[in-house]
Amino acid sequence: MYILIAGGGKVGSNLAFTLLKMGHEVTLLDNDRSRYAALEARFEHVARYGDATELFVLERAGVERSDLVVAVTGDDEDNIIVCQVAKEKYGVAKCIARVNDPRNQPHFDMVGINLTVSATATILALIEHELPAHELVTLLDLRRENLEIVEFAIDQDSPAAGRMVRDLNMPGKSRLISVSRAGRAEIAIGETELRPGDLVMAILEPGSEEDLKRVLMPAAI
Amino acid sequence: MKLLIVGCGRVGSAIASRMAADGHDVSVIDDDPEALARLPEDWPGRFVQGHALDLDVLIDAGIETADACVVATDGDNTNIVIAQVAQKRFHCPCVVTRILDPARAAFYSSLGLQTVCATSAAIETTTQAICATPGRAA
Repeated sequence: MYILIAGGGKVGSNLAFTLLKMGHEVTLLDNDRSRYAALEARFEHVARYGDATELFVLERAGVERSDLVVAVTGDDEDNIIVCQVAKEKYGVAKCIARVNDPRNQPHFDMVGINLTVSATATILALIEHELPAHELVTLLDLRRENLEIVEFAIDQDSPAAGRMVRDLNMPGKSRLISVSRAGRAEIAIGETELRPGDLVMAILEPGSEEDLKRVLMPAAI
Repeated sequence: MKLLIVGCGRVGSAIASRMAADGHDVSVIDDDPEALARLPEDWPGRFVQGHALDLDVLIDAGIETADACVVATDGDNTNIVIAQVAQKRFHCPCVVTRILDPARAAFYSSLGLQTVCATSAAIETTTQAICATPGRAA
């Protein structure tokens, strides 16, 4: 594959290093002179000097024949423009963008960049996962499919505790996937009984979280 | 008319001053509080300090009810993103965006943004001025 990477910081340069080792063809673009010098010393012709939001820079780097464009600069606007131009102007099939400030996520979504990675959002999700709370924890956000997989704990006061899955009045846009108890997980079927302490995984369409909470979690105090 | 101007530099502040003097209701956003100094001393409109990619800042400055929005910060890419937010998310009926790079201005205008490129205008005017003179030979 031919992969074009915009931004040669820690993320971009380590990606380039790994992808080259995997046998891919890579171009790494950076428009910071001193950083470019270091990248050129390490990657030779793979590193190119230039602002990846400039169309002629992208063209000279071969954007039209690239299979994948990865925008991982420290600037969200730049990452948005690189991906949007690559997709809409040069017809690149796949673009991946880094989101530096999670508050900018809606802007990426708005222009149709659906493969995004945000370190802050990922760490936040991990923190939520590690800290038990009466909350749905998003494990996986399947943005393109418009689905998400969530996890939650059944506690003593849950209206679902002691009931079988088939007796739950599950909202239409969600399904239980699995129940894990004492370190063992089982696929949730109609006869599965939910008990306090269970960790339950569900798949749902974004927006139906509140309906699911009503079925599974004690009413808010 | 209700007008929102993002970026209070030379271009933004001049448009803001002129439109306010003509009696329009003008609101200005800039992330530098000092930029307020570019507006007239008796500035009748609003000045909101903040980054216009922040939706709360845009809403506070009145994007939801603005009839027109001018995006003229000093960053092309920032302008392009803000303009698309104004157009697609807030359905502002008239969004004019300043883009210095002619290539990006042309591409985004093909995507439906109303772009103004001072660089293209300068190239055009300069070339015409040169071509209009007969030179030393005459």
